[in-house]
Amino acid sequence: MAMLQRGLKTLARRPDNSAFKQQRLPAWTPSLTAHTVLPIFFCLSLVCMLLGVWLLITVQQTYQLKMDYTDTNSCSKCFDLRKNSSKAQEICHCTVSLTIPEDVMGDVFFYYGLINFHQNLRRYMTSRDIAQTLGRKRSLKSPSSYCAPFNYDENKVPIAPCGAVANSMFNDSFTVNYHLRDGSTVPVPLYRKGITWYTDKNVKFRNPKSSNETLAQIFNGTSRPLFWQKPVYELDPSDPNNNGFINDDLIVWMREAAFPNFKKLYGILNRSERPFTSGLPAGNYSIDITYNFPVQYFRGRKEVVISTVTWFGGQNHFLPIAYLVTAGLIFVTAAALTAVYLKVGKNGKNMEE
Amino acid sequence: MAERWLWLLIPWRGAWTPRSKANGQEEERHVRANDREYNERFQYADNRIKTSKYNFFTFLPINLFEQFQRVANAYFLVLLILQLIPQISSLSWFTTIVPLVLVLAITAVKDATDDYFRHKSDQQVNTRQSQVLIKGKLQNEKWMNVRVGDIIKLENNQFVAADLLLLSSSEPCGLCYIETAELDGETNLKVRQALTVTSDLGTDVSRLAEFNGEVICEPPNNKLDKFMGTLYWKDNKFPLDNEKMLLRGCVLRNTEWCFGMVIFAGLQTKLMQNCGRTKFKRTSIDKLMNTLVLWIFGFLICMGITLAIGNTIWEERVGRNFWSYLLWDELLSSPVFSGFLTFWSYIIILNTVVPISLYVSVEVLRLGHSYFINWDRKMYYSKRDTPAEARTTTLNEELGQVEFIFSDKTGTLTQNIMVFNKCSINGKTYGDIYDEFGHKVDITEKTPCVDFSFNPLMDRKFRFHDSSLVEAIKLEEPLVQEFFRLLALCHTVMPEERSEGELVYQAQSPDEGALVTAARNFGFVFRARTPETITLYEMGQPVTYQLLAILDFNNVRKRMSVIVKNPKGQIKLYSKGADTILFDRLDPCNEELMYTTSEHLNEFAGEGLRTLALAYKDLDEDVFDEWMKKLLFVSTSLENREERLGALYEEIEQGLMLLGATAIEDKLQEGVPETIACLTLANIKIWVLTGDKLETAMNIGYSCNMLRDDMNEVFIISGHTSLEVQQELRSAKERIMGPSREKLGSGLDEDKTDMYGSDSVFEETIIAEYALIINGHSLAHALEADLEQMLLDTACLCKTVICCRVTPLQKAQVVELVKRHKRAVTLAIGDGANDVSMIKTAHIGVGISGQEGMQAVLASDYSFAQFRYLQRLLLVHGRWSYHRMCTFLCYFFYKNFAFTLVHFWFGFLCGFSAQTVYDQWFITLFNIVYTSLPVLAMGLFDQDVNEHHSLRYPSLYRPGQLNLMFNKRKFFTCTLQGICTSFVLFFIPYGAFFCAVRDDGSHISDQQAFAVTIATSLVIVVSVQIGLDTNYWTAVNHFFIWGSLAVYFAILFAMHSDGIFSIFPSQFPFIGTARNSLMQKSVWLVILLTTVVCIMPMLAIRFLRAVLYPSLTDKVRLLQQATRRQGPQEQNLRRVRRTSSRRSAYAFAHQQGYGELITSGKNMRAPTSSNFVFPVSPPGRVNVATSWIDSMLKKKGDTSNAVAMEKTTGVASGTEMSDRTEPQGQYTQTEEV
Repeated sequence: MAMLQRGLKTLARRPDNSAFKQQRLPAWTPSLTAHTVLPIFFCLSLVCMLLGVWLLITVQQTYQLKMDYTDTNSCSKCFDLRKNSSKAQEICHCTVSLTIPEDVMGDVFFYYGLINFHQNLRRYMTSRDIAQTLGRKRSLKSPSSYCAPFNYDENKVPIAPCGAVANSMFNDSFTVNYHLRDGSTVPVPLYRKGITWYTDKNVKFRNPKSSNETLAQIFNGTSRPLFWQKPVYELDPSDPNNNGFINDDLIVWMREAAFPNFKKLYGILNRSERPFTSGLPAGNYSIDITYNFPVQYFRGRKEVVISTVTWFGGQNHFLPIAYLVTAGLIFVTAAALTAVYLKVGKNGKNMEE
Repeated sequence: MAERWLWLLIPWRGAWTPRSKANGQEEERHVRANDREYNERFQYADNRIKTSKYNFFTFLPINLFEQFQRVANAYFLVLLILQLIPQISSLSWFTTIVPLVLVLAITAVKDATDDYFRHKSDQQVNTRQSQVLIKGKLQNEKWMNVRVGDIIKLENNQFVAADLLLLSSSEPCGLCYIETAELDGETNLKVRQALTVTSDLGTDVSRLAEFNGEVICEPPNNKLDKFMGTLYWKDNKFPLDNEKMLLRGCVLRNTEWCFGMVIFAGLQTKLMQNCGRTKFKRTSIDKLMNTLVLWIFGFLICMGITLAIGNTIWEERVGRNFWSYLLWDELLSSPVFSGFLTFWSYIIILNTVVPISLYVSVEVLRLGHSYFINWDRKMYYSKRDTPAEARTTTLNEELGQVEFIFSDKTGTLTQNIMVFNKCSINGKTYGDIYDEFGHKVDITEKTPCVDFSFNPLMDRKFRFHDSSLVEAIKLEEPLVQEFFRLLALCHTVMPEERSEGELVYQAQSPDEGALVTAARNFGFVFRARTPETITLYEMGQPVTYQLLAILDFNNVRKRMSVIVKNPKGQIKLYSKGADTILFDRLDPCNEELMYTTSEHLNEFAGEGLRTLALAYKDLDEDVFDEWMKKLLFVSTSLENREERLGALYEEIEQGLMLLGATAIEDKLQEGVPETIACLTLANIKIWVLTGDKLETAMNIGYSCNMLRDDMNEVFIISGHTSLEVQQELRSAKERIMGPSREKLGSGLDEDKTDMYGSDSVFEETIIAEYALIINGHSLAHALEADLEQMLLDTACLCKTVICCRVTPLQKAQVVELVKRHKRAVTLAIGDGANDVSMIKTAHIGVGISGQEGMQAVLASDYSFAQFRYLQRLLLVHGRWSYHRMCTFLCYFFYKNFAFTLVHFWFGFLCGFSAQTVYDQWFITLFNIVYTSLPVLAMGLFDQDVNEHHSLRYPSLYRPGQLNLMFNKRKFFTCTLQGICTSFVLFFIPYGAFFCAVRDDGSHISDQQAFAVTIATSLVIVVSVQIGLDTNYWTAVNHFFIWGSLAVYFAILFAMHSDGIFSIFPSQFPFIGTARNSLMQKSVWLVILLTTVVCIMPMLAIRFLRAVLYPSLTDKVRLLQQATRRQGPQEQNLRRVRRTSSRRSAYAFAHQQGYGELITSGKNMRAPTSSNFVFPVSPPGRVNVATSWIDSMLKKKGDTSNAVAMEKTTGVASGTEMSDRTEPQGQYTQTEEV
């Protein structure tokens, strides 16, 4: 009894009267009412519509030309030649011609495209050594096991760059010629550098550091990938600084595509010279192809793409159409919701208790 | 206060299982007093208790071992091992190990804290002091150093340190009193008596030190009511039984000191043996979750198989060529084998559909909800300083689904406090007060009380409001005086006067205490008693009555009488008892008075008061002497003593003169009728299971509005045979089904409308209301296999079900019955040890931390001090918990499906090669960092409807009972939503990226940019979705939702930064991706489109649902917002208490009274402690008396022996110590009064 009375006086175990403990925290309690939901629907519909229209107009201004050259015209002989892997070292040239009906203004980009080439297979994607292409000396001579079986050649010499990705690098090369009306031919000048992401070129890919050795010396003791015709330090004979792991074409290739059909940047039109100062003039063009890359093994196709870009990228009809469709659907839904609300909800028939 | 102490006794509930040591089962225990060397040979447990599981060194291995026994953890361990196989590993090992380590760490920290507190409480108990007789001297020793065979001295109000054999005590005849409240919940004192041979040792330490008796007894067990043993001492054998044992956990009362010999110590004491692991309760959502996780596993395997088959076909058709082009011979081997490996790879990738963080998050939520219950001030009872306590942290959401409540009566619905409220004396009622117009005034706290200051011996706590009674006393009206004289004389209360005027009554039943206290305040103070006298202070004058006989109470007689001789030499018989019984024995001249009194009794009963009729009789000396002789003869007879005594009592209790009647209020707990009304509105069925008698139970039923006069019919089932019971049940069912059959069609609509009920629902809910009241012996038949279905059907048709005279076992059986046949959540609430079985059986057990000890609380999952808190626990906390948990689970599954299935879609484009879409770090962190906190905040703080409205609209509780918010259908909907989201999440970026290039012409449709785009869309979509799911945006929610997004971008940029790449190039190959892709407008356009497409359909559907089929929640939310605008208005759910015309009943202890103990004088103190000189009893009388005591103890033993362990039922084998079953089918209640 005495204990009880003592207990009466002390409220030692009384919980705190804080808003948190009593679950009385001030709070915003939004709810889905017609006044909030319907305006959201209409607004979004409007926004999507505007975006869609804008994108559509923008996309209309772009120009894109695709040209499958896998086995067309003169390339069919090269196609047949590449079927035989024993003749891989034989050089094969072919030419495709194309016509650009009207002037293509602005920057023009040349892409190569591959169809049905799975750069996104797990084993393929992991088959590379990032440390090696970052220029880590240790990795250069002992490539990661992820590269297996493309880490060492049959003589146990380490391969640089190792792995399936580098090994299967796209190695066709293109020369574009513009045929003037007078019959003469002007080569279309292309920038073959500056086609990578800045971070890739400057951070992700580095050549092994060395004070005074040449690239060839640095890569001494490694072997070139199986499929390559040239070692990594001779990829670009024209520019010694574009060799080794920091070769632009290599870097572009090493950024693996997400889907089996993809295109990768090959070059950008150099607009410093006439007649290309404002873009590609209309007319006939031909592309001389050094046809190295075999695709028949995996039933692939190769193509060249010539395209211009806008503020949101290349020619891409999907986004504007998707926006427009979405806008339409939202609008229809919004209308339906409004109808339902006006018919049922407004006078609160269902809200009666 | 007691509960605090109890924690010291049972430091950690249920966490420890008593295990018998490996060194062979003990078959017999030999203990020699004062001989430690001898006893040590047997390696008995010492008195140290250990409930902790780990120590500093064993913690890590044991804890890890325990954790990996959980399926989820083991599963992730297996995944981890799979990931180490390079051919399979589609994800780096850290994607699994980081979450796994986090989960293990959180659990380990929780286990460690739990164990720390166990260590602490163990320590506290172990270091308590006791006086031990060592080497002939009494020394203070810590409890943990007490050994078996030691003799220890206990003082008044001390806890018993171990299971002791009582040797001697300060009281005569080696008697001592103990309170076993902590052990079995019974608050009345129990008597223990030492053997005569040992009680002679007294307090003589040297003799005690020489005592070298050897006890051979049963091995340790958990039977609290049984002990078998033999004491061998001085070449004599003495049988020992439970009546000589003091068990650990008891408290010594009214005994100055006693000595005992330790028989069982520490973990082998009966108390500790009873602290079994409580059965682990799981909520239905838990079970559902387990099923769903299994389904998800199935789904996972199906996906794995689909993708593996896809892979086989793809390899066969495409991959083969590609690998051969690459000259990758290893992968050329066999498409089937490749498919097999792919299967495992996909199992690893897709494992996130069963997120490891799900279980931990659920635990965290429940823990949080439990804390909110503990912290709730509105469930804190300041009078006893008791906050509500969630003792189990795993059942919270089930509180939102309760459909059946099984409630104990005494101490739960009622306070078990009896208050002398009214009386009728000689045809006049007292107790009501009237205003000047003659209207009855309601008595409230403020009503002025009668001033008893004329009486120096008054009890200050006594309150009475009608001053006319005091005036009548002061006017010395003879019948009024006689009335109170009777109350002061006719009882078996023991007075205790510690100092002058400070009287404390030890009453066997609270009714008696209330009556004697009333007499005391009205000037008839019962002050002292000896075996042969009773001393009263009548209006300040001491008057001593000779007590000639006590005609004790028993269940058949339903009355008790005393025969006294007053100082004038008149012999009088005073009798009090059930009105029906007494009215039969009145003198015919009382007829008129009888009718008036009878009317008054009806009136009292109508107010739910417990009534007693009082009568007296003047006796002739000759008649009495004659009768006394017969009595003496009969009481020494051996055959049929009981019956013959009964007949003899009957003989003299004839021709009584009626004095009046008393009305005692069995005080309801505060707010009980309102709570019951509210819970009924929430469609919760409340069944009262009580050990009380039918009449008492019905009374309480009426006073708490469970029974009403306007009910169509109240069925009372009280058949004695199976056939009768069946008959009664069938007819009851037919009566209900008959009229309601035509309403059956409309019945469904009715249900619907009543979901949306408001206050007016009170009047209109169910048109036909029935009640079922079933007696214990009928229940025994009804619970048999062939009748139980019918019982259940009938009972469920009734609004109110009351089972009376039920044993604890039956309580559990009833709960079990409902649990088995109705797929409904049951809740049992009680406060006494007799409710333990029921509390353990029900899905949720609630203990009232009240007056009947702590057993119920210890067995319970939730405990609080007042029944009315149940309303808040269920309607507010339970509902919220359920709502939160369901929303949480829906969202969690949605989120993980949306997250994971993207891989599935990607499979079709990447040759089923198990290439992940996302960055591995994103997979690692998605569940535990990017999206866990917003949903946790939602799960902790969300309130769809605030507490005020939750209580105001009890029908809001309905969805929980119908399991509407999370069920298989809901699960399918939310997973479907997740699948759709993942579809959109994948294919919109796919479409956009298919031909996308950057604005500088370089390509962006590479895998890494794609991954970042999808991941960002996912995080945004999921955040918007949680925003939609959050109804209650506190600052924390804002912080977590916005914070998570911010953290996502921060981590994204950090992980794609140059710095971290230059340190770990291989681990962070995504260098620069975030910068390069998120700089692109097209990427943001994609993200925006994805988000809009993912969210808008959901928004539309929710809006449509709210407009077309608004749930009650929607409406109340609307209302809530409207009222908030108008400002809050207090509306209280109050219900007028209706009176009824029921008869109330004689309510008394159903136990044999203490009459024998009193007349034998054995429970009296030595004469020195009293002012009065007793006539010393002749030796012969003492012997007789001893045998009386023996028989008395034997009888008490019977009742407590009936505390049979419930082995047969299999209702969890824990602390069923309290369950009493009466072998002869006679229901003996000791604590229900």
